[in-house]
Amino acid sequence: MKKIKVGLGTCGISAGGELVFNKLKEEIKTKNLGIEVNETGCMGMCYEEALVEVVDDNDSFLYSNVTVDKVGRIVNEHLINNKPVIEWIIKSNEVSKEDDFLKNQKRIVLRNCGVIDPTSIDEYIEHNGYKALEKVLKNFSQQEVIDMIIKSGLRGRGGAGFTTGMKWKFANQEKSEKKYIVCNADEGDPGAFMDRSVLEGDPHSVLEGMMIAAYAIGSDEAYIYCRAEYPLAIKRLRTAIKQCESRGYLGKNILGSNFNFTIKIKEGAGAFVCGEETALMASVEGKRGVPRLRPPFPANKGLWGKPTNINNVETFANVPWIINNGWEKYSSLGTEKSKGTKVFALAGKIKRSGLAEVPMGMTINEIVFDLGGGIKNDKKFKAVQMGGPSGGCIPASMGDLKIDYDEIVRTGAIMGSGGLIVLDETTCMVDLARYFLNFTQNESCGKCTFCRVGTKRMLEILERITIGKGKENDVDILQDLASKITKNSLCGLGQSAPNPVLTTIKYFREEYEAHIRDKKCPAHNCSALIEYTIDEVNCKGCGLCIKACSSNAITGSKKAVHYINQELCIKCGRCFDVCNLDAVIKN
Amino acid sequence: MNNTEVQEKKSIPNFKIDLVNKRHQNGSLIPLLQTAQDSYGYIPEKIIYYISELVGIPAAEIYGVITFYSQFRLKPLGKNLIRICEGTACHVNGAKSILTALQDELGITVGETTDDGIFSLQSVACLGCCSLAPVVMINDATHGNLTMDKIKKILKKYKTEEKIRIAS
Ligand SMILES: Cc1cc2nc3c(=O)[nH]c(=O)nc-3n(C[C@H](O)[C@H](O)[C@H](O)COP(=O)(O)O)c2cc1C
Ligand code: SF4
Ligand code: SF4
Ligand code: FES
Ligand code: FES
Repeated sequence: MKKIKVGLGTCGISAGGELVFNKLKEEIKTKNLGIEVNETGCMGMCYEEALVEVVDDNDSFLYSNVTVDKVGRIVNEHLINNKPVIEWIIKSNEVSKEDDFLKNQKRIVLRNCGVIDPTSIDEYIEHNGYKALEKVLKNFSQQEVIDMIIKSGLRGRGGAGFTTGMKWKFANQEKSEKKYIVCNADEGDPGAFMDRSVLEGDPHSVLEGMMIAAYAIGSDEAYIYCRAEYPLAIKRLRTAIKQCESRGYLGKNILGSNFNFTIKIKEGAGAFVCGEETALMASVEGKRGVPRLRPPFPANKGLWGKPTNINNVETFANVPWIINNGWEKYSSLGTEKSKGTKVFALAGKIKRSGLAEVPMGMTINEIVFDLGGGIKNDKKFKAVQMGGPSGGCIPASMGDLKIDYDEIVRTGAIMGSGGLIVLDETTCMVDLARYFLNFTQNESCGKCTFCRVGTKRMLEILERITIGKGKENDVDILQDLASKITKNSLCGLGQSAPNPVLTTIKYFREEYEAHIRDKKCPAHNCSALIEYTIDEVNCKGCGLCIKACSSNAITGSKKAVHYINQELCIKCGRCFDVCNLDAVIKN
Repeated sequence: MNNTEVQEKKSIPNFKIDLVNKRHQNGSLIPLLQTAQDSYGYIPEKIIYYISELVGIPAAEIYGVITFYSQFRLKPLGKNLIRICEGTACHVNGAKSILTALQDELGITVGETTDDGIFSLQSVACLGCCSLAPVVMINDATHGNLTMDKIKKILKKYKTEEKIRIAS
């Protein structure tokens, strides 16, 4: 009996997965084939979307880059005549084209993503779902659960890496009638989509993790704070919560125990700072999401003044696996102080961009090259950016660095939530620092002067450097401002805002100097510092560039060498892109 | 905008019922504002006063909450919402030139709506399909692997459709 799964995560839908899904259903119906077509979440190989998997009793065939036009052949040859269309298949018993991407991964958090139908609680249950909850409610005391999580070595995946079990212990020790669990699904890093993929692809695993946490600390109510920009994740969560309520996994006397628990969703409203836990709680309470001083920590005084335990989506998704498979197995993975796995959203200039879960301790080079297939268009690997606006750049020369909370902090970057942006020789590090500073500057809540005004000053300096107006001592001023902002900001946003600037100065100082002294952008990225010219030898006067130029900056008669008027040129680079003879030179 | 994709658009009478139902819940202000925006497409001034009376929070404080969060609008949106991704992956893959092209074509910058009310331009962080960077979302459709020329062509299509619609 055949079954079909279509990847309908956000990226699958964007790549046309929904059209493929509908077309498949339609064909199967008109041809009366009676084959089930289901949706599933992110399989990780976003670079191969749209993905369709045909599963039969003995094998499963993964089709990549499927378009509506390809559906007909798949239906006729594979579904009807049992002859898989081999040239479109990337994975089956016989074919293993994408093995490099898959074989080095260890899927714990993503165990069900791209495997099960996220809208079906039965499929989740078939895949060991809610077994951990059952186990916990039947066999373990609160203390035993907390001990297991502590011994597993699980650390918070929201960025800071605090030991999860310890956090639960603090919340457990508080004496209070009311306690809250909060799931932080704000995912503010503007280059990251791990949490979203988990919520879209396997919402129940997050809910189950929350239930176990609630039992352990003695809470009966929870909120999931999810970005409003994630409509699909919110929809899947709503469905999952409803299913749990009707099956008795949520509500009163869950599974016959005396554990009661409800989960509500709060939609964020678009403010990066609301990912910070105290700001998040203010936002849930309906106020402006402004951070407050800690202590008191949420475990003592959180939502509406009650003890509250906040964890990240990925943190929760790890919990059922740990209970089911034992803390020993979890802590056998990883490095001495960073256990288990980490999910990364690989993006940027990498060939295979997508979602990958790797054991802690894997090196950056292994991720970028072995798994990610190296750099697009065979350019040179320059650095990875980790931790988004709070993180930093780690240069290619440190590619042997192991993925480990403490090792990464030593470089000046942070593990962050899992955004891993790969940069190549065409990325300007000064511009990237400017990009992140612009982001944090916009998102500062404005409470602390240094975060509000200091980041503005830094941004102004970075802006003038990228247009060639940098001053000799600008780098020193940046460093000085950075240390003041770090020291005088209340929350993590301000404290870590200078990281992207500091790490790029640390590892790529010569790029800053080239902008400031030579008025050159070595990566040929900053438009004010580049000039397009036409090479007299290579130019055959084909006229393509004239057509491409929207500013009428190019002149030249047919078959004669063309010329660019620098006064009119807006440096859009289109002439550079269209010239087939490499006659347009970027300098 | 996103909420409307999930919860079907609510009619105004329903909206008022919703408001009354939600007012006693803890921390209801943001959900109330989200409901208002879903119903009207933005948050009209009179609704601020209405909510203020209902929940007993001063209008000035509500205004403070509205302006704090980028999701809320005090002005209506254009017919087509263009959202350009300014996430890191899109940034390093040339989102800036796509933005330039959009601004050139539309004559507006991020946060604005064209005079004819046909297009609004917004920027967002990571749309979750970085493998297609640079990405622009127009209404519910995602357009990936963009170049300046590609986005101009796409805009043209929307403009022509709009002209046809007006003509008929
Ligand atoms: C500015 C700022 C933004 C943050 N954004 C997020 C976020 O989007 N998601 C998240 O899980 N944690 C975020 N955090 C970390 C949270 O404050 C908190 O440490 C985390 O949710 C705790 O969960 P964990 O222990 O499971 O990591 C952010 C922190 C700061 C300072
Ligand atoms: S550090 Fe910045 S974001 Fe954090 S509380 Fe201060 S001003 Fe607000
Ligand atoms: S860079 Fe752009 S504006 Fe300048 S000459 Fe080339 S096409 Fe024209
Ligand atoms: S969303 Fe489809 S593989 Fe990632
Ligand atoms: S950064 Fe644009 S889609 Fe992720």
